[in-house]
Amino acid sequence: MKRTSWFIAGGLLVSLLLAGVLSNFASASPDGLESALHEGCVLAEDGTIVGGDCVARRAGEHELAGPFADYSVTGVESPFLGTAVAGGVGVLLTFAVGGGLFWLVRRPSRRTPAGPAGQPES
Amino acid sequence: MRNEALHIANGIINAQVSLAFAVLAGLAVALCLTRARRDLDDRLIPMAGLVAAFVFAAQMLNFPVGPGVSGHLLGGALAAILVGPWVGALCVTVVLVVQALIFSDGGLSALGLNVTNMALVGTAAAYFVVAGLLRVLPRTPGGLAVAAFLGSVIATVAASQAFMFQFFLGGDVALSGTTFGAMALSMAGIHLLIGVGEGVIAALTVGAVAKARPDLVFALRGLRRPPAAAPAMAGGVA
Repeated sequence: MKRTSWFIAGGLLVSLLLAGVLSNFASASPDGLESALHEGCVLAEDGTIVGGDCVARRAGEHELAGPFADYSVTGVESPFLGTAVAGGVGVLLTFAVGGGLFWLVRRPSRRTPAGPAGQPES
Repeated sequence: MRNEALHIANGIINAQVSLAFAVLAGLAVALCLTRARRDLDDRLIPMAGLVAAFVFAAQMLNFPVGPGVSGHLLGGALAAILVGPWVGALCVTVVLVVQALIFSDGGLSALGLNVTNMALVGTAAAYFVVAGLLRVLPRTPGGLAVAAFLGSVIATVAASQAFMFQFFLGGDVALSGTTFGAMALSMAGIHLLIGVGEGVIAALTVGAVAKARPDLVFALRGLRRPPAAAPAMAGGVA
């Protein structure tokens, strides 16, 4: 059990490094879906549509614009730091939400660890 | 600076089709939840949380697949192998929900579309490929890595075509400069390359976990514990 906790902690650390550090070196080009939706449009250097017609023109604004919108942090000037913090928050939040959800939906019968001697709780 | 939009935005697919897929995705996620209960035990719960967190992290890592085009991992194959198809689909769903709510990535009205393509179609396609391959491949880190690679390739292309199906139903816009067929082919081609990239990442990840902790890999469970003889078999994998 303890070994498993170490494994999970190690995996989380790797995820934090990927999302917090390596993500800053990720490709900034539009992904496969986005580039397909931009077919027919003329794009400026920064990716904004400057001419032509394409499906992406119909894309609306997102309903929510929280402090971490677009994987940055409102008020943080440095894009490196912003992505690092947003990535770190995302990894920990996803782990917490996922772990919490799975803990809630598991079978109640498995909630008490059934040791070899059927250790009673408390 | 990284590109900040990874998933279907609002307005691309019309409201009726978006709503229909939201209902469909909701029902499928509910089914996953009931099936996942069978699999979730004290060992799988933290592992499932970790898989979700890792998929979130990996989705931030866009890699170039051509001039001016990048791609990122979807995660279905990796999740299906490590935590099983039902829990795996839920892991990817959690990632998509967190991205939509916290990071404004993928419209809320498009959440059903995104969950359907990446969490449901992607994971299901990967699972069928992996399950089929594991009938013939050895259940070793190498065998799992090969299954993860091919599962990722097929799943990524399948997810891209699921989007095209949604676009066919509810992308009510006159295409200019391209046709539906050309767009579907271009989506498939780009996502074949993205799938290869995802396949490499998934193969490395699954191979590493299977080497370090084969007992934590769902796809190796059949070997790990036949109902009564679990202790005797525990050391047999690796």
